[in-house]
Amino acid sequence: MSKERVLKISILRYDPHVKGDKPRMETFEVTEAPGMTLYIALNDIRKHIDSSLKFDFVCRAGICGSCSMLINGKPALACSTLTAKLGEEITLAPLPTFELIGDLSIYTGNWMRGLNERLSTWIHNEEKIDTDTLEEKMEPELAEEIYELDRCIECGCCVAGCGTMQMNDNFLGAVGLNKIARYQLDPRDKRSDEDYYELVGDEDGVFGCMTLLGCEDVCPKNLPLQSKIAYLRRQMVKIGK
Amino acid sequence: MRITYTDVLIIGGGLAGLRTATGVKERGFDTILLTLVPPKRSHSAAAQGGMQASLANSVMGEGDNEDVHFEDTVKGSDWGADQEVVRMFVNTAPKAIRELAAWGVPWNRVKRGNRQAIINAKSVTLTEKDEAHGLITARDFGGTKKWRTCYTSDGTGHAMLYAMDNKAHEDKIEIRERREAIALIHENGRCYGAVSRNLMTGELHAYIAKATCIATGGYGRIYSVTTNATICQGIGQALALETGVATLGNMEAIQFHPTAIVPVGILTTEGCRGDGGVLRDVDGYRFMPEYEPEKKELASRDVVSRRMTEHMRKGKGVKSRYGDHLWLDITLLGREHIEKNLREVKDICENFLGIDPAKEWIPVRPTQHYSMGGIRTKYTGESQTLKGLYSCGEAACWDLHGFNRLGGNSVSETVVSGMLVAEYIADFCEKEESNIDISTKTIEKFINQEQEKLEKLIHKDGGEDAFEIREAMEKIMMDKVGIFRNGKDLQEAVNQLEELLKRSKNITVHRSQSLAANPALVNAYRTQKMLKVALCVAYGALLRTESRGAHAREDYKERNDEKWLNRTITSWRSEEQTLPDVEYEEIDIKSMELPPGFRGYGKNLNIVHKDSEIRQKEVDEIRAKSSDNRFKIQEKLMPFRDKLPKKYRGKNERLSERFNNE
Ligand SMILES: Cc1cc2nc3c(=O)[nH]c(=O)nc-3n(C[C@H](O)[C@H](O)[C@H](O)COP(=O)(O)OP(=O)(O)OC[C@H]3O[C@@H](n4cnc5c(N)ncnc54)[C@H](O)[C@@H]3O)c2cc1C
Repeated sequence: MSKERVLKISILRYDPHVKGDKPRMETFEVTEAPGMTLYIALNDIRKHIDSSLKFDFVCRAGICGSCSMLINGKPALACSTLTAKLGEEITLAPLPTFELIGDLSIYTGNWMRGLNERLSTWIHNEEKIDTDTLEEKMEPELAEEIYELDRCIECGCCVAGCGTMQMNDNFLGAVGLNKIARYQLDPRDKRSDEDYYELVGDEDGVFGCMTLLGCEDVCPKNLPLQSKIAYLRRQMVKIGK
Repeated sequence: MRITYTDVLIIGGGLAGLRTATGVKERGFDTILLTLVPPKRSHSAAAQGGMQASLANSVMGEGDNEDVHFEDTVKGSDWGADQEVVRMFVNTAPKAIRELAAWGVPWNRVKRGNRQAIINAKSVTLTEKDEAHGLITARDFGGTKKWRTCYTSDGTGHAMLYAMDNKAHEDKIEIRERREAIALIHENGRCYGAVSRNLMTGELHAYIAKATCIATGGYGRIYSVTTNATICQGIGQALALETGVATLGNMEAIQFHPTAIVPVGILTTEGCRGDGGVLRDVDGYRFMPEYEPEKKELASRDVVSRRMTEHMRKGKGVKSRYGDHLWLDITLLGREHIEKNLREVKDICENFLGIDPAKEWIPVRPTQHYSMGGIRTKYTGESQTLKGLYSCGEAACWDLHGFNRLGGNSVSETVVSGMLVAEYIADFCEKEESNIDISTKTIEKFINQEQEKLEKLIHKDGGEDAFEIREAMEKIMMDKVGIFRNGKDLQEAVNQLEELLKRSKNITVHRSQSLAANPALVNAYRTQKMLKVALCVAYGALLRTESRGAHAREDYKERNDEKWLNRTITSWRSEEQTLPDVEYEEIDIKSMELPPGFRGYGKNLNIVHKDSEIRQKEVDEIRAKSSDNRFKIQEKLMPFRDKLPKKYRGKNERLSERFNNE
């Protein structure tokens, strides 16, 4: 068996609630164990070295999107990152753009809710639902296609990896555009193409994207973000004419 | 001002909490929802396999209806369930799924014509009907007679939770994220809301409401290895317990899921076996048919978990540095099926095990998964003993699952209970008795009390380390209150937990002094609460000298209806005590639609209650005499429809059953 590695995990520490606290890098040493993920490593640090270290994990299975952070500078989910895939020296920092709670813990909730409200990401349908009778039919392939786009976990990785976002913080980001692509595909949502144009047909929306591909590279769910944004753009160009 | 008034306070933003919020809001009441995390991060998102509802659209679901779903659920519960609640549930589940479809869940649909499926390790051709094309389809799950589990690939919980949270946005529900309820506010047997702690700033705030609803999910994290999210810590149950008034039901009923990966305990859905996957031992041998010739891998969860454990005890497990495990083989389903219908499973295998499940077997073993027990309520969701306190979802025990819940019945329950409980809460809020009658002084007292507790934790010197105590608790639960239980281990567990509880009163937050965002402080006060919950589980398990559902005693192998056809009710009347008070609530056979019988797994060891036979005779007679339709017969056996809110009383249409709902 190969020798156990001692990982050097450097973490950007800062607690905005503590007066006078300043951002600084702090390095922790952790002995690697087989199958170790950053979830296990960070909890190890909290339990045995520094119990004030702030980070967020919920499902710890790559499903809920709580633990996105910059891992060696790249946005990713910490829970499903095996340390074996990284070098001995690892740097961790919180995702930019979102409000910092402290250390690696960020507040994505208010940002995402703002986005959802701005785009009204729900089914718009005035008809009363009759739940006693058969449900409305849907083509099986269409349902699968909608699910494909519905798989976004709002982790914020695409937002952090987006070049456009750095220049225009009003930009919807891939997360927002993907949502519109999802609802436009869904026949249950009765909004018209013009309605969607109103929401995303400008520089803050689909015409702002500079196709730098940052989003798709970092999406932990491997959503086809670029092709969907391109598709949406073609649709919007047609409507805009 | 540290006090906010509203009509309804909802604690928990999972499927149950959100659906309750939407329901009361639509009835015109103001509501505030508190949650530890943004609602979309709630544990509900992790549900993979699906939601049970007897739509009967797919060919393998033909003939399904509420009656079949009812029978499966009651048998699954080992007759511990409240049969009226089960009836209310099975009648509402099809409505719940149709509502979710209208709100945007992309349920997988029936495709007309032939398709290949794997059943009992063989490829079979299924032919779907033309008229079913485009309706919601279903897959097979354990312990069900029909294919009844509706799904969106293996991201069902995610799709449901997103649709529900989006609906909450549409309804402009006031959601307060990263807020933790740390104590209920109550006086004279009446609950008036909660003290909440802002997890970002540490600020305490009181929310005062006519009705308070706890929808905080399960308590899996009292065990060291669990499929549950890190936030499923039983805090909701502890809040109820700490009032000294509200009670908990059947806390010892803990479900172990057969197939979580080793070592980390992340779940691979029952859909793996439902879709045709099999279990193998160290020799690659498929062992389940030997133990359960009829249902094999798709016997009820508690049964499969026990059989796996038995098999490993015979030396047939695969040795690993993390202990023994078995194999889950889904290679026979083929890559296309896995990449389409089991993609979370595929991701999990790749990310956490570094294997390709289309080519390799998955190392699995039974792991803590679900909490059947919870805050004991009436069918309305209201606590039996604390007025104005409601609970629903996994947090509650209204008692749909008895001693074992069926896969797919839980997400279904969260939504259904949310729909129903919202109506009962709204009814309550319409009445004068719901008026808020508590003084500011009393409210302040509750806030100050909590503030003092927190400060004591921070400022005390040289006390116990919460991380250590908590780890010890998790290990005791795992080793001694697990799949198979016995009196000796359970007694030890209770003694040791009691000792830990005493030590926990002396916890200090080491190293980290902030009263704001401070994970060490959070861990400290939660550990104190979790220990009480753990004691309810262990003590209940020790006292229950029989085996029922997931509660399996090696020293009392038989299900004993004569003595134990009852619910365990625990409470914690004074802060001074170190063990819960335990009482029992009888389950009345004479009013059952389905009197106790044999579940059909293994040998029949039941000790029969004398009323069972009498009631069975009555039921048989009613059935034999009557020439009525199934609804009328059911009504004669056990009327339940009056209990449902009016808007949910309608009959459910199916391809084969059309009605004129009046
Ligand atoms: C891995 C996994 C897979 C599963 N798959 C299935 C499946 O396929 N089918 C099925 O039927 N069931 C499944 N289940 C079970 C099912 O997912 C859960 O029982 C169900 O989702 C619970 O929902 P809930 O709304 O009751 O609670 P949760 O979704 O757990 O939500 C609890 C909420 O309470 C909040 N909260 C907790 N404590 C506090 C507090 N003190 N103050 C404020 N807020 C608080 C949390 O923030 C959260 O929002 C699965 C479970 C697991 C573990």
